[in-house]
Amino acid sequence: MATITAEHEHEASVQDASPEAVVVRFAGDSGDGMQLTGGQFTLSTALAGNDLATFPDFPAEIRAPQGTLFGVSAFQINFGSSEITTAGDAPDVLVAMNPAALKTNVPALKPGGLVIADTGEFNKRNLEKAKYEVNPLEDGSLAKWDLLAFDISALTLEAVKPFGLGNKEALRCKNMWTLGLALWMFDRDRQPLIDWLKGKFAKNPILADANIAALNAGHAYGETAELAGPLKKLHVDPVPSEPGLYRTITGAEAVSLGLVAGAQLAELPMFFGGYPITPASAILHNLVKMKEFGVTTFQAEDEIAAICAAIGASYAGQLGVTSSSGPGIALKGEAMGLAVMTELPLVIVNSQRGGPSTGLPTKTEQSDLYQAVYGRNGDAPMPVIAACSPADAFECAIEACRIAVQFMTPVVLLTDGYIGNASEPWKVPDPASYKPFPVTFLEETNNPDGKVLPYKRDERGVRPWIKPGTPGLMHRIGGIEKGIDTGDLDYSPAVHQAQTDARKAKIDGVAKALPAQEVCLGEETGKLAVVGWGSTYGPIHQAVRRARKKGLSVSHVHVRHVWPLPENLGDLLKQFDKVLVPEMNTGQFKTVLRDQFLIDAKPLTKTSGQPFTIAELEAAIEEALA
Amino acid sequence: MNDMTPITTTLKDWESDQEVRWCPGCGDYAILKAVQRTLPMVGADPKNTVFVSGIGCSSRFPYYVESYGFHTIHGRAPAFATGVKLANPDLDVWLVTGDGDGMSIGGNHTMHVLRRNLDCQIMLFNNEIYGLTKGQYSPTSRVGTNSPTSPIGSVDRPALPCAFALGAGARFVARGYDISKDLPEVLVAAYNHKGAAFVEIFQNCIVYNKDRFDDFTQKKVADETQVWCRDGEPLLFAKGTKGLALDCDTLSLKVVDVVDGDWQAAGVAVHNVKNRGLAHMLVEMPFGAFPMALGVIYDDPRPTFESEVVAERAKLIEGKTANLAKLLSKGQTWTVEPEASHGLMD
Repeated sequence: MATITAEHEHEASVQDASPEAVVVRFAGDSGDGMQLTGGQFTLSTALAGNDLATFPDFPAEIRAPQGTLFGVSAFQINFGSSEITTAGDAPDVLVAMNPAALKTNVPALKPGGLVIADTGEFNKRNLEKAKYEVNPLEDGSLAKWDLLAFDISALTLEAVKPFGLGNKEALRCKNMWTLGLALWMFDRDRQPLIDWLKGKFAKNPILADANIAALNAGHAYGETAELAGPLKKLHVDPVPSEPGLYRTITGAEAVSLGLVAGAQLAELPMFFGGYPITPASAILHNLVKMKEFGVTTFQAEDEIAAICAAIGASYAGQLGVTSSSGPGIALKGEAMGLAVMTELPLVIVNSQRGGPSTGLPTKTEQSDLYQAVYGRNGDAPMPVIAACSPADAFECAIEACRIAVQFMTPVVLLTDGYIGNASEPWKVPDPASYKPFPVTFLEETNNPDGKVLPYKRDERGVRPWIKPGTPGLMHRIGGIEKGIDTGDLDYSPAVHQAQTDARKAKIDGVAKALPAQEVCLGEETGKLAVVGWGSTYGPIHQAVRRARKKGLSVSHVHVRHVWPLPENLGDLLKQFDKVLVPEMNTGQFKTVLRDQFLIDAKPLTKTSGQPFTIAELEAAIEEALA
Repeated sequence: MNDMTPITTTLKDWESDQEVRWCPGCGDYAILKAVQRTLPMVGADPKNTVFVSGIGCSSRFPYYVESYGFHTIHGRAPAFATGVKLANPDLDVWLVTGDGDGMSIGGNHTMHVLRRNLDCQIMLFNNEIYGLTKGQYSPTSRVGTNSPTSPIGSVDRPALPCAFALGAGARFVARGYDISKDLPEVLVAAYNHKGAAFVEIFQNCIVYNKDRFDDFTQKKVADETQVWCRDGEPLLFAKGTKGLALDCDTLSLKVVDVVDGDWQAAGVAVHNVKNRGLAHMLVEMPFGAFPMALGVIYDDPRPTFESEVVAERAKLIEGKTANLAKLLSKGQTWTVEPEASHGLMD
């Protein structure tokens, strides 16, 4: 199998009665409902108690032309009975809904894997669009895989015939038919999906019934068709997990919930300013539905207005939050500097995507690290936190809120397209288990001898937060350099020197309040440390685990606080002979580590818009230790 | 404006301890005084008053008013003000901007704050020049303006701020000028308007665009060249000897002579602040052939953005309680029992 278990490696084939992990990829036209199929399969898998990870891969175009190679949308899921931390490498099963989906996805399929293809879509027109000269289902070119080709379109039309739908509508039920087949293959319960379909089509019971019929027909097809060989029923044993209540969660959901939880823990209303952008919009969509938690959402006229309104709200005493992706963050840069200068709390979420410029809107990358850490005019230090998984994004969002209000600073929270869209099982946390960090506003003057001192710093270098509306504390703030304590305009040389130093010292001091960096797998000393940040956690963890099974001296260190860095990180990394930094950019964190600790960190870079595979990382580890 | 109880203050109460640093003779001094005169007139409360500005000479304004103030970044004051007002609708928010800040780099935000109708007073100081950056022509500079970036005269056609505001959907549009004794009256009306109140204030830049507005602001020509718009009153000027009438053939305004004060006979139009069509004609009158329209040109309130946001929220959360534990466990869940490894459906 492509994925690896905690205790022992196990090469199974898809025909095994109970493989430990299986990777399934659904691919079709972006209009075929592939993301929906994948999403619902994810849910049913989670409900069956399998650990899982998903990776949606969809085109940038909303509705790319049907049947074309660039219109292919895919959804990959890795589930199995051991701890799963990535969406897997090569799929074991590929469900190809048309020739284009086959062409773009079959190269990734494991040798010996299973192709399920809808012959109804392998017509002359679609083959031409996919640039096939001969039908690949018939010319033997798929010989290294098992092939299961039948007319899913016709079978679906037959199944939904009693409901009298039009041809187009009837064919839309194809994805449910396919899902039914997949559920049978992996022994999944249909009932949650039937309930979901009833809810989704509550206003159109005929559509609900048709989709349920298609789902049942696909399931029955697997069960009753006398298909020998590849389509043997697969059963994946449920993963043992920590007791508790679970749900599936995507990174975007986790960020939204974490922000709400963070604002609640700070005992503040939250103001969220956003502007539509892929892949960050989902956070705004989610928060709109959480207004009972004191959330105000504002869809601004542009990215700049979104952050400026959030800063305005922070100034007025709420927790200002804004979110975007790289290009939008670039537009927010000047305002982020103002939040640094005025020392107002703010959380800026960046769901990174491939860049520069518009780049790859729907693909993942980690190339905004420099932008987050350094990307502003002037010396404008700002804490940066990176989430490593959908579930971790919840914790990181709370952490970002906490640092923002406790240190009166903007904080960047980095996720990426992979974390945002991927889903994984999440043990629902008990809100009471988080320590509240209630905010205290200054209500009375901090200067008995005269007017209020809005920039009088405490022992951590943090200024008070003063809300307009507070009697007697009227004062002015702004982006111009300010006098010590008073905040009055003052850009004399000594003052600018002192304030620049004070702003830097304050952010450096955030590190003092952070937990020490730990090694997440392996010893605290050895030949090689693989240092990651963000969504590379899963593949790095698995690759290090594999390498350790082979007896290699390698440890995995994963950094959440990418700025300021944990105080012990430099000393920790110096305990290793070599440091390897895999990241989905051209080596940005590697440069930060070299700069901060003068260590010979080596880069391992990838910018294809796809996450690292375990195999790639494993090879790099072996090479580093060769 | 907000609905707080009026409080008693004097002009002095609104003066901050900061040294005012505009050029000697700058029109901004007069506008600052007019605002400091206006605030006691409307019963404003310093603790609930917030001045928000962008960047430019005019945007230094908040430092000089003893209230809360936020000097932000270039062109974005409307966005900051939106956040402030949505976070605390009880605050009185004043925006201070200029022709470069509000019509050029921040034109987009000016448009949207007007269209949304956020309750605030927007004072656009129009001096038809970039002063702080040393005299480049601005989006309101007249064609032919000589400046460091237009040595033989600018070629851009200027924007008309009040026409822009009406086009963006403003429900209050007024005009005044720095040394006008009637400026506080205009600002009081702006304050009393619930919603975005747009006030264009012609302001003399003594250094880079000196006396640009003298042809209607100077005492000796004021009578002939200013028409003050007051609701319900005829649109008369030149001491009542001239007026503005509707030319029904061309559907435009025309200047008519008024004989012996009989403005009705001359067909002079009566100003109606709720007449949007008339407002468009008044702000677009070419100066020279027509007088400059000043005062409250348009004032027709409708619900404010923040009140709509509050109402929308109330609708969205009706019947919901803020239970975080419940929110976190929303959707389909399953329980893993302590002894068994098998998942159970919820």
